[in-house]
Amino acid sequence: MLTERLRTILLGPPRASLVPPPRPIYLGRGCGLPNEKEVIETRASRGLDQFFSYIKDETGLAILDLSGLTQSNVDFITSLGHKLYTEDFLRSLYATFPEESDQMNSGLIERFLNENLNYEDDTFSGVLVWDVLEHMARPLLAATVERLARIVKPKSYLLALFHAQERASSVPFYSFRIADSKSMTVNMRGSRTPTQILNNRTLEKLFHKFESLKFFLTREHLREVIVKR
Amino acid sequence: MWGKKKDEEAPPPPLRQAPPPPPVFTESIKKEIMPVSSMPVRSAEPEMSKYIATVGKSVTVKGQIFSREELLVDGEVEGTIELVEHRLTIGPNGNVRAAIKAREIVILGSVQGNVEVTDKIDIRKDAKLVGDIKTARIIIEDGAYFKGSIDIVKPGEAVKLAATPRPAAPTPVQAVLPSQAPIAASPVSHPPAAGIAGAGAK
Repeated sequence: MLTERLRTILLGPPRASLVPPPRPIYLGRGCGLPNEKEVIETRASRGLDQFFSYIKDETGLAILDLSGLTQSNVDFITSLGHKLYTEDFLRSLYATFPEESDQMNSGLIERFLNENLNYEDDTFSGVLVWDVLEHMARPLLAATVERLARIVKPKSYLLALFHAQERASSVPFYSFRIADSKSMTVNMRGSRTPTQILNNRTLEKLFHKFESLKFFLTREHLREVIVKR
Repeated sequence: MWGKKKDEEAPPPPLRQAPPPPPVFTESIKKEIMPVSSMPVRSAEPEMSKYIATVGKSVTVKGQIFSREELLVDGEVEGTIELVEHRLTIGPNGNVRAAIKAREIVILGSVQGNVEVTDKIDIRKDAKLVGDIKTARIIIEDGAYFKGSIDIVKPGEAVKLAATPRPAAPTPVQAVLPSQAPIAASPVSHPPAAGIAGAGAK
């Protein structure tokens, strides 16, 4: 008691910044997060460059985009002659699991995957996963990655993004769009409490059914990961 | 002198007798009489009024719809919709569970079913579309919900799509009003399309 009082006198009251920010309410792409200012910038992306270098010489491939429907992504991928499948994954995620604890419920996980990744085995030649996996708690994350491994063709690629700052209490809330084959438009729409931060070792374990992973560290502690099935 | 005073005090002639002033149609007077704005005046429901065929928001249609004119669906439709040479608009209250073929589609409401478009599909902000799209062009507003695949067909292929033959004997459209009284609509192959249009008109 005396020590605490002495500490308060010497160091001042505890800092408010230590309090973690509240969990964000996802209102859907285009809605943004409340009371936050959007920051939009276009940046080079080696991950995107790699992803498209694998599929640029072919046409008619099936590509899955988990970020929902955006004009730029549709225009770019269809201009390459591919067929685009889209899933608004985050919108469905936050609608199905209003609380983070719901992501432990195996019945809900099954329902979620059947509603949002219900495709035949070996359907896709590429998946733009973006950062959606980072919004998931462990059981849902493992089930989703397993489903992705099933629906993508062997030797095809996934592009996923993860934050690299392991002890961050708050990470930016992003949405991504393709600007061209080597750059993406990153729309920062506030901050969120991370469900979990995955390091390289954890990611390698998570994608153990895949053949290889390639990491690219970009600005603001964001990692781009190319995963080969 | 007196005469002058009399003249001054004499009451003014009644207005009726006074000859009416000649009409002066200057630009300023015209504006006072008929104010004209350079801005286009938009009515509350601008898009509703210009369509001939309409499925109103309290109308439910189950069956096949063929139309040889533009169609607005603001009610519920279950079955198939075909407007090979015209535009289909799904209004904000529209709820369609149907396979759709059209030259052009604008979606403001909800659609569940595959969509084939020879020209363009326009998916507006609060629209919801679950199904596969085949189109030559696509326009998407942020905030639209879509689940399915997008296949861009080249214009040559789009012409083939437009030329797909229609069924020889289309079944009649059955319109169901909220009062549950079924209305036997005219066969949809008769121009102008859709007896349902009158039933749905608001």
